[in-house]
Amino acid sequence: MIHARGLARSFTTKKGREKIEVKAVDGVDIDVEDGEIVGFLGPNGAGKTTTLRMLTTLLTPTAGSATVAGYDVATQAEQVRRSIGYVSQSGSTLPEALAGEEVVDHGRLYGISKAQATKRGKELFDQLDLDGLWTRKPGAMSGGQRRRLDIAMGLVHDPKLIFLDEPTTGLDPQARANLWEHISALRTDRGATIFLTTHYLDEADALCDRILVIDHGLIVASDTPEALKQSVSGDLVELVLSDASGVTRAANALAALVTGSTADVDGLTVSMRVPHAGRELAGLLRALDRERIALDSIEVRRPTLDDVFLTVTGRSLREEAA
Amino acid sequence: MSTATRVATATPVRQSDDGNFARETWIVFYRQLRIALRNPAWVIIGLVQPILYLSLFGPLLEPLAGAFGTDNAYTIFVPGLLVQLGIFGALFAGFGLVAEWRAGVIEAERVTPASRTALLLGRILRDVLQLLVQGIVLIALGYAFGLRASIGGMLFGLLLTLLLGASCAAGSNALALVTKSEDVMAPLINSIALPILLLSGILLPMTLAPQWLQTVSDFVPIKHIVDAIRAAFVGDFGEPILWGTIWSVVIFVVLMIVGTRTFRKENA
Repeated sequence: MIHARGLARSFTTKKGREKIEVKAVDGVDIDVEDGEIVGFLGPNGAGKTTTLRMLTTLLTPTAGSATVAGYDVATQAEQVRRSIGYVSQSGSTLPEALAGEEVVDHGRLYGISKAQATKRGKELFDQLDLDGLWTRKPGAMSGGQRRRLDIAMGLVHDPKLIFLDEPTTGLDPQARANLWEHISALRTDRGATIFLTTHYLDEADALCDRILVIDHGLIVASDTPEALKQSVSGDLVELVLSDASGVTRAANALAALVTGSTADVDGLTVSMRVPHAGRELAGLLRALDRERIALDSIEVRRPTLDDVFLTVTGRSLREEAA
Repeated sequence: MSTATRVATATPVRQSDDGNFARETWIVFYRQLRIALRNPAWVIIGLVQPILYLSLFGPLLEPLAGAFGTDNAYTIFVPGLLVQLGIFGALFAGFGLVAEWRAGVIEAERVTPASRTALLLGRILRDVLQLLVQGIVLIALGYAFGLRASIGGMLFGLLLTLLLGASCAAGSNALALVTKSEDVMAPLINSIALPILLLSGILLPMTLAPQWLQTVSDFVPIKHIVDAIRAAFVGDFGEPILWGTIWSVVIFVVLMIVGTRTFRKENA
């Protein structure tokens, strides 16, 4: 569905009299197969939207090439546009227009007849929980409703490939969860391929089969959410002891689980990353028991995508997003 | 900016025929019109403008008819007002586009396969329609005030006005997509419109001006368009009409090309 090679985009900005070339996207390779939901994860300004705008023909790449839905973005822009749906983060409807009319007009610009666009639009309103809002002005809708209206706009011509740019930014948790269901349903109900950008870890985790992590215009990791989390050398096992006497022995017992490793000790807390901690836990507890080490608590934390991001970029995504 | 590559990528890959183009233009035009008509302020202000000009300014000029070398001041005054309506109404058309851009509408339209020229032309046609209605109101009202002019000449004058209005709307839309800010646009438009207003003899004919001012105004294309419309009104289809028509067409073509290019441009 999407194949990009060395896709890059640089802008020239002026700083004083000097012209500076900023590489917004610095040569990315992307492959997305039919029926996948792929997430493009990165902090603000990492190059997510710029990449998306190149793939949707809104921006001409300064280097590299890409085919989208089988067409070249540079030379077959019109065919690409016909094949894709794009839901931008800035919205798509005028606040003072009527929602239904906006969707119908949008569909008609794809060459669909008015009757057909109206029928499709009403179906989409039904599916996206927008029933009764056909003659509502977008300006009078809630944030979640407006986002779903944007999605209806992007789907009115029934594209097989859908681009979503930060679909849930600015929504409350309930509206986000609701929108995730709708996005997942796009694939299950209509077999669509979805490429979405996000700077929310939980969103990428909840929706995507595969995640591309982008930072400073480069893709720094690409895998399934599970594999990415595994790559953070396992789960975090954290022991809190009842007294200080057993700390060294506990650290040794923990370190023995992974050859050539050492456990971190911080006061009464002993911790270390252990691959597949679930399998090792029983053995660890037996070893601690043999050593007669009394525990206050034991905790196993699965790695989060934030840990992944920290591992590959050296920075926390949460700090960036905040 | 490498013009060569820009032109190469900009050359439309469209295989669609004129029927599609007309259809897309209509869709954009009709959407714009529907939204505008739902806004009573747009309708009322549009209609009141020509009435105010004519009834508040017209009587002032009537006694001066002799000085203009005519016995009917309205054949001088109504064409000037037509051009003023055309220029000022249309120059501010871009403000609506900034709002649309901010709402994401332009980006959403640009991701459809529709012709970029249709996206621009549909919007311009709404402004032209508004101008047509205003022009008819103005001429009809002028007639009530005492305007007597050749019917064919008035129609031709109205046509030139519409062409000028379309040009200004195209230019204003282009400016809107480049600046993306009402705050930048407003002073820019004022600084373009004011010299044009003063130097093209819109309110008073330049024949009243001293020689140096007349010479300066000869370099303002709009002045020739105003002259052409005035000549048409008195049924004098001579050289002024030829020049005015040429200028109207040239300005229209240039600004349409500029406008289409901004709609095609990537950061629009």
